[in-house]
Amino acid sequence: MTVADLTTAPSSLAGGRGRFRINEQTRRSLRRFRQSPLSVAGAVIVVALILVAGLGPFLVPFPQDARGAVHVADRLNPPSAANWFGTDQMGRDVFSRVIIGARVSLLAGVTVITLALVLGTVLGAIAGFFRGWISDVIMRVTDVFLTIPDLILAMAFAAALGPGLLNVMIAVSLVWWPGYCRLVRASVITLRDAQFSEAATALGASRMRVLFRHVMPNAFPAILVKASMDIGFAVLTTAALGFIGLGTQPPTPDWGQMISDGRSYVRDAWWFSTFPGIAILLTVLATNLMGDGLRDAFDPRHRGRA
Amino acid sequence: MNLFQFTLRRLLMMIPVLFGVSVLTFVLSRVVPGDPARLAAGPQATESTYLQIREEFGLDDPLPFQYWTYIRNLFAGDWGTSITTRRPVLDDLTVFWPATLELVLVAMTIAVAVGLPLGIIAAVRADSIADQASRLISMLGVAVPAFWLALLMQLFFGLELGWFPISGRLSALTSPPDSITRLYLVDSLLTGQWSTFREAVSHIVLPALTLSLASIATIARFTRASLLETLGQDYVRTARAKGLSERRVITRHALRNAFIPTLTMIGLSFGWSMGGSVLVETIFDWPGIGLYATNAALTLDFLPILGIALLYGLVFSLINIAVDITYGFLDPRANTT
Repeated sequence: MTVADLTTAPSSLAGGRGRFRINEQTRRSLRRFRQSPLSVAGAVIVVALILVAGLGPFLVPFPQDARGAVHVADRLNPPSAANWFGTDQMGRDVFSRVIIGARVSLLAGVTVITLALVLGTVLGAIAGFFRGWISDVIMRVTDVFLTIPDLILAMAFAAALGPGLLNVMIAVSLVWWPGYCRLVRASVITLRDAQFSEAATALGASRMRVLFRHVMPNAFPAILVKASMDIGFAVLTTAALGFIGLGTQPPTPDWGQMISDGRSYVRDAWWFSTFPGIAILLTVLATNLMGDGLRDAFDPRHRGRA
Repeated sequence: MNLFQFTLRRLLMMIPVLFGVSVLTFVLSRVVPGDPARLAAGPQATESTYLQIREEFGLDDPLPFQYWTYIRNLFAGDWGTSITTRRPVLDDLTVFWPATLELVLVAMTIAVAVGLPLGIIAAVRADSIADQASRLISMLGVAVPAFWLALLMQLFFGLELGWFPISGRLSALTSPPDSITRLYLVDSLLTGQWSTFREAVSHIVLPALTLSLASIATIARFTRASLLETLGQDYVRTARAKGLSERRVITRHALRNAFIPTLTMIGLSFGWSMGGSVLVETIFDWPGIGLYATNAALTLDFLPILGIALLYGLVFSLINIAVDITYGFLDPRANTT
């Protein structure tokens, strides 16, 4: 085996020659993804949700109901042709609010995961690539964060930062980064000692170049797979905080808060809480199915497991 | 290394983590945007309360000194005062903790009793209808918002069918059983108060079921995965080659080894359930730590939440140690490292 073989093998984003290989690999992975009907269903729902979130205000029959309109005469009407999901305690159309709520929820989910991913990846890469005390300190910090249950820690951060959706998103991402940190650290440790990294070092590449051009590109598929699964759970967690009463301010529709509002009327108006809950369930389920499929497609070791 | 030394070592290893947790809560209580004393005093505090808290926190001292005061107070049992209940946080936690512990213990018992067999069936009959069904249950189990499921449970089993009460630990007219462990189920059994026991059971069914669902899902998936992996091992093939019955191969050879990773998952699920109990308790008016946390969060009552974070950090660390010790029994190799 020559040095050239070693360097071009798996670390592929490095140069022009490598790029062809990853395309071939990606194509094969996507083919594998398409063979799983559940994963494709998940991906289709995710795309639909993104479209709904983007176009929501133009699709719904009563967009003004997401902006604080009140129709006292139409309070708590059951589902009908005009109000598919019924109306809430202020006579607003639940369907319109659920659809427009998708925007807030998905945005929150994506923001949370992006923040957590960036923070976790940077710290994880540092912890994995540089041995010694800095790695120890970072890992002990993740231990501490993982010792306190998610929701309690998020509530503590949210209470410290003050109310509001942005603070809730920051709070949840502060809870979520250790997962990425550990994942990235583990991959970096494995890849750092892989033959292609050694070869790059032997060819005179600096440590930074090895880390950013050879190690990280190979760690990314696993990170992105985790992120795709986590978005649903991030939506769920922000909704839970919205349910508790931390999160968006009325009248902006938020799925968690809608369920909380509907709680008092559950005996007479089941639809009020039920539909936002189905929306959350669908989102988490879809991102999970999609993430499952992506993991199977990009990491064949996992196929058929869990 | 014997069990005592092992336990002692694990307990010592807990100290840095708990130190970290205390630093985290300290940082949260002091380095927040705005005035920490104002936050701890709450929005409706009088000027004198505010000044008193400022004094207690020692906000004008250097940070390491403040941390030292903070730790000293924690050990002295001074975890601050709740604005909402107007009682010391530590007193509140001791009052509310047994209710949460009882709920989480019952939920975890259900989760193990259902999740483990579900996972075993799924692994033994991989790709059968039972496997698919267990996969579906697991998927739904982690995806369903607990607070929404709780509402549906109340609506269906409580209000429509009238099978179970939908709030509290006991009905308003029943007085709690004589206090021994402060777990109502245990206390009412110990003192032979059967009607109270029946009532406590009927009250805990819905919240415990709701809380257990996510754990059932994770435990079932994890058991399936690790049992499948174990079933492919050489020693399982040897056991089969010896002519042992399939049942014996699974129960005596595969399951014991497959259970080791599952045990970690059960420990983790316990911690997640403590977090999840916040939502479930809020909906079922279950007078535990979770309901306390929600009420505190709503009024921006800050110190109770930090107290809960500390308490749960401690409990979770202890659970992890218990898991590690159990490891030693299941796999003697684990003790020596």
